[in-house]
Amino acid sequence: MIQSAYYGRFGGSFVPEILVPALESLEAEFLAAQADPTFGAELETLLSTYAGRATPLYQCRHLGTETGSRLWFKREDLLHGGAHKTNQALGQGLLARRLGKTRLIAETGAGQHGVATALTGAVLGIPTRIYMGAADIERQQPNVQRMRLMGAEVVPVTQGGATLKAAINEALRDWSASYESTHYLLGTVAGPHPFPLIVREFQRVIGREARAQFLAATGRLPDVVVASVGGGSNAIGIFTDFIPDPSVELVGVEPAGEGLQTPRHGATLQRGRPGVLHGCFTQILQDDEGQVQESHSISAGLDYPGVGPEHAYLQETGRARYVGCTDADAMAAFSLVARSEGIIPALESAHAVAGALELARSSARPLDILVNLSGRGDKDLATVLRYQAEGGNGGH
Amino acid sequence: MGTDRYAAMFARLAARDELAFVPFFVLGDPSMDESLALISAAVEAGADGLELGLPFSDPIADGPAVQSAVTRALDAGTRISACWPLLRAVRDAHPTVPIGLLVYANLIVHAGVEAFAAQCATAGVDSVVIPDAPSLEQRWFAEAFARAGVALARILPPGAAASRVAEVARASAGYVYVTSRGGVTGADDTVQADSASVVAALRAAGAAPALLGFGIAQPSHVRAARAMGVSGAISGSAVVSRIGAHETAPARREAVTAFVREMKAATRP
Repeated sequence: MIQSAYYGRFGGSFVPEILVPALESLEAEFLAAQADPTFGAELETLLSTYAGRATPLYQCRHLGTETGSRLWFKREDLLHGGAHKTNQALGQGLLARRLGKTRLIAETGAGQHGVATALTGAVLGIPTRIYMGAADIERQQPNVQRMRLMGAEVVPVTQGGATLKAAINEALRDWSASYESTHYLLGTVAGPHPFPLIVREFQRVIGREARAQFLAATGRLPDVVVASVGGGSNAIGIFTDFIPDPSVELVGVEPAGEGLQTPRHGATLQRGRPGVLHGCFTQILQDDEGQVQESHSISAGLDYPGVGPEHAYLQETGRARYVGCTDADAMAAFSLVARSEGIIPALESAHAVAGALELARSSARPLDILVNLSGRGDKDLATVLRYQAEGGNGGH
Repeated sequence: MGTDRYAAMFARLAARDELAFVPFFVLGDPSMDESLALISAAVEAGADGLELGLPFSDPIADGPAVQSAVTRALDAGTRISACWPLLRAVRDAHPTVPIGLLVYANLIVHAGVEAFAAQCATAGVDSVVIPDAPSLEQRWFAEAFARAGVALARILPPGAAASRVAEVARASAGYVYVTSRGGVTGADDTVQADSASVVAALRAAGAAPALLGFGIAQPSHVRAARAMGVSGAISGSAVVSRIGAHETAPARREAVTAFVREMKAATRP
């Protein structure tokens, strides 16, 4: 490897030896692509003419005004595909083509990364296979249909808990046999190096745009930047360009599920311990012997027992801090955003909104809070309606 | 030292022009009670060495058969803390048989590398192989295992670059785990890659003897291994799928015994 695989003590490349050459060539090609203006130009064209960048920065008209603070939404929900995932799927798709790969594989939990990979496969003309937990296929049918409509093969994974963790295991197994022809289009800032680096670099467009837009709108920087954290790609995307700004506080919101005092949550950074999962050394939810546990969140996109190693590093150094938001609080924020702003946010993004509102309410002074509204909530309607019908006690 | 039993085994077999046959079991599969009996049955049927896996929730280098074995073990309530006395019991029952432990990195990191290596030594484990710790990450483990006198064996895939072959030849202790193909463990494939060139390069570099693994499911695969010049064969999925296929403990024991006998016979010239 050319670049360091580590963020402080976190990161690394914990994969079978057979995948090391694939990771090395991926890293080399990524670095070459970053230095190649024609690569950047093609990605830029796709992002603007196909995916709809730049996404707007919106100042909320009603939400949080009673606190005296101002909430701002970076509208990744308006991106083609319905979430920020498209930014980096297109980037990795172009990288795969540059590497001469003729097949894409990916894992997906909620289905948003699967949709982003499927549209990438369609627009670049590369056959695509998506691994998805059988339990997730059950609860995310609309996204399964969207992937199939765009020509992707969706393969149910029944091992383990039949969720995202098992889908990543299966994608890694596929790649161990197929790496010569296949690119593994990993969906978040976790996994073995160089994936956390590649995904960050393709997602940092969110923060780069938002920083410039905020400066243009107000003449200053926001006081706080807030984003939800499952694997952590939307948070890294909006945080990265603010990291050198010491006045800007960075807050990640983890899924507290049914409460951090219960075992049913996905708050890896707040309740995890260091360990190795899916190719990197990071914080993970594990039992007293090191068996990785199943996480829980009403939001399938945050339902992951690991987290990107750079978040573990940002937490350890104190540059970012991480708080929790329960299923119930996320659901309340979901409804509030819909009614007060006419925006139906993804449940993932509703976690970030809930965290932002909590900051606004508890602050002694008015704040400018920038929230990454990472995706739209159409995919979550069935979950929300079921939750409401069952009296708001978890739904499953 | 962790390499002594391997050295003695390879020397004894070389004198008879035999290959080593090394079956793989998941500890606690299908239950803690039965595990020792199945492992002992394999040794009594002619197994020369043992490769034993600690069950881990996310075995990314393993195919469906070993995943099922891990699930059986974990569903039966197998605890890592209970695997140490089981390993010690295997060691006491079979004092000269080399015991290799296959363990995913998180179980080691979670316990603490020093503490884990010391546990291995206490339990009588000769070698450890970590399927998700490639050359890049060996520095996490190498010193602690060396201090504990436990050999750290390495996996070498087909088509490995010359520099990697040289590094593995230098570092791998006890034996070198040469894989017969890409992908994950499984008995559903034939032996695909010709590893003869890798094996020759290892030998020229003065490496520990090579054991061929992945897809070793029939006597013909053992004979193919011999033709590639390796010193033995590891068979995992074919063993554990026999455990999964039978309903009663005696039937499982019988199936393991018959398979090991048949495979061991193919190691002879």
